[in-house]
Amino acid sequence: MKEVVVISGKGGTGKTTITAALAYHLQDRCIVADCDVDAADMHLIFSNKTLEKRKFFSGKEAVVNRDLCKNCGLCQEKCRFDAIISLSNYKKVDPLSCEGCGLCYHICPYNAITMVDRLVGDFYISDIRTNTKMVHAKLLPGGENSGKLVAEVKKESRLQAEKMQKNFIIVDGSPGIGCPVISSLSGADIALLVTEPTMSALHDLKRVVELLKKFQIPSACIINKSDLNNNISAEIKEFLLENEISLLTEFTYNKNFIHAVKSGQAINEYDPFYTKETIAEVWNQLERIINKK
Amino acid sequence: MYKIAVASGKGGTGKTTVSTNLSHYLAQTQAVLLADMDVEEPDSHIFMQGQLWQEKKVYKEVPTLIEDKCIACGKCKEVCAFNAITMLGKRVLFFNELCHSCYSCIELCPVQAIEMKPQKLGLFTQINDKNLTFLEARLDIGQEQAVPLIKQSFDFIAENIPAEIGIIDSPPGSSCPVVETVKNCDFVFLVTEPSPFGLNDLRIAVETVKLLKKDFAIIINKDDGEENIIRDYCTKENLELLAAIPEKQSIAELYSKGSLIYQSDADFLAEIEKIAEKVTTLMRRKR
Amino acid sequence: MKIAVSTVGIEKDSKLEPRFGRADYFVVYDTETKEYSHIDNKEVQETAHGAGPQTSQKVFDAGVNVVLTGNGPGKNAFQVLEAGNIEMFICKEDISAEEVISKYLNNELEAFKN
Repeated sequence: MKEVVVISGKGGTGKTTITAALAYHLQDRCIVADCDVDAADMHLIFSNKTLEKRKFFSGKEAVVNRDLCKNCGLCQEKCRFDAIISLSNYKKVDPLSCEGCGLCYHICPYNAITMVDRLVGDFYISDIRTNTKMVHAKLLPGGENSGKLVAEVKKESRLQAEKMQKNFIIVDGSPGIGCPVISSLSGADIALLVTEPTMSALHDLKRVVELLKKFQIPSACIINKSDLNNNISAEIKEFLLENEISLLTEFTYNKNFIHAVKSGQAINEYDPFYTKETIAEVWNQLERIINKK
Repeated sequence: MYKIAVASGKGGTGKTTVSTNLSHYLAQTQAVLLADMDVEEPDSHIFMQGQLWQEKKVYKEVPTLIEDKCIACGKCKEVCAFNAITMLGKRVLFFNELCHSCYSCIELCPVQAIEMKPQKLGLFTQINDKNLTFLEARLDIGQEQAVPLIKQSFDFIAENIPAEIGIIDSPPGSSCPVVETVKNCDFVFLVTEPSPFGLNDLRIAVETVKLLKKDFAIIINKDDGEENIIRDYCTKENLELLAAIPEKQSIAELYSKGSLIYQSDADFLAEIEKIAEKVTTLMRRKR
Repeated sequence: MKIAVSTVGIEKDSKLEPRFGRADYFVVYDTETKEYSHIDNKEVQETAHGAGPQTSQKVFDAGVNVVLTGNGPGKNAFQVLEAGNIEMFICKEDISAEEVISKYLNNELEAFKN
């Protein structure tokens, strides 16, 4: 079983669009995993039917038991996150400020505080219209994206791939360069970088490549909207060359990409000619790199 | 200062485009702050000129062991909720980047063998360009705690920057760093694009902002001028649609070069004017 | 000497798990007794942050001398393992714990450097 993880660093470069295209190309040969839990969008293109929904807990939060609280104020004095709110005759915890450290729980002289599991999101396994399954998740507002939810999505997608004997897992990776993206890259056979010729995207690309080197994950790149700025496009290509990363293809600024998303289709479904062929070729190259490994 | 957060559910919708252009436009007539709180990947500086005014290192408090006092009882490791303390036999190891500076270990150590010392978390950069003050908060690589840096940024702004209007470029998403940013602002502009992805992410952003009980208005970027799902959504949910920046390749090109767009695109300018007018109304209401 | 391999299961033919900190299990081989045992690391999965140091601590407490894993431990885990004088090696193949161990014993694995 091989894992292809699509990442971009900067948002809005077309990461999800390319992931969806690969998943559409492979149809029932792959399991799809959406690790972009901050902005989980893959289900908009593929969703068919939710098979399973689980609540996802991570970390703790403090809760004050009103009956035991003597309103002494020690918790409020010691809390470093200003998470304790004073009400007329007892204290309350503001869950959006509480970081779950448990100091108040340890020091409360009346044992009026308990630590409870914090609900941070929902986790789904769905049937999708390419005759396979997708594992995805949604973070609640203010929920912390710690990489744990991402790890859970990946783990479940591996289980599904094993159970259904699929050869590939196509992963929509997390954005940025922090803990969630490291989690989404863990165990990857190849990382596909989707970038665009803007100064901020190039900046992020460089940081993501640094990360990949550290984890020794092979990578390949697609430049999206490549005609937006030819100078930066050239700079990206030079950077790829220096780092021995193959450029699989370039897409010029193309309104079809927007139209495809608007009609809830993958780009190679919307345009069954040029784009379909290009994506097929991208996949062939990816497969070659994976097998060479 | 009246602070307006510019936020979006997902990255790449045009948050930075709106905040940089709006703040420059407003600064033609008044003192304005532009703050980049996208602490992991701040990139508004690309659009800035002017004089570097000051750089300031930002610290967080982390524990350090007073070895001759430690009795290796393991209490600190036991109470640390963030797994920032490990014990190998009698040796205590602290992992500073995991530390939330909650002080539990210090407060609960039975022999006062722990003290706090500052560790560098990131850097503030302040640039002054006539009426416009720019503040960038950048997290050091390897540091994971965006929230304390954002908190300190707002303290820094309150102490150092006298402008009456603040435009705050928020981190993307809906997790803790966004919550911390929006909590500290008076009003929110939500930037989105007319696609099912944009709508899905906008819904989450609206949910977040409502949870924080903040007033907000919506700005469409890459608007195709047709009836679209964002316009429908705003009508249906009775949300204020403030401006719609047209979908034009020329705008994207200007952005990619790091140029200010309102200076050379009339359509864009018209939308920025609408947003600026809203800012003026909000300020007047405040007074 | 005790060798621990990050794995997806508890048997010697369980596959190598590429992640260190978030591995569910470690299969442990004792070169003196030639016996296999395992460490259950599932509980560490419940932690949102700092899985690396926690896992390292478990491995240390089990008296392990050598860790074999896929990606290589993260910075924090590395620090603990190093402080505990535990050697680290990486294996990029999708093979069983037993096979990884024999590769290590034949000096075919690359030492992990941070």
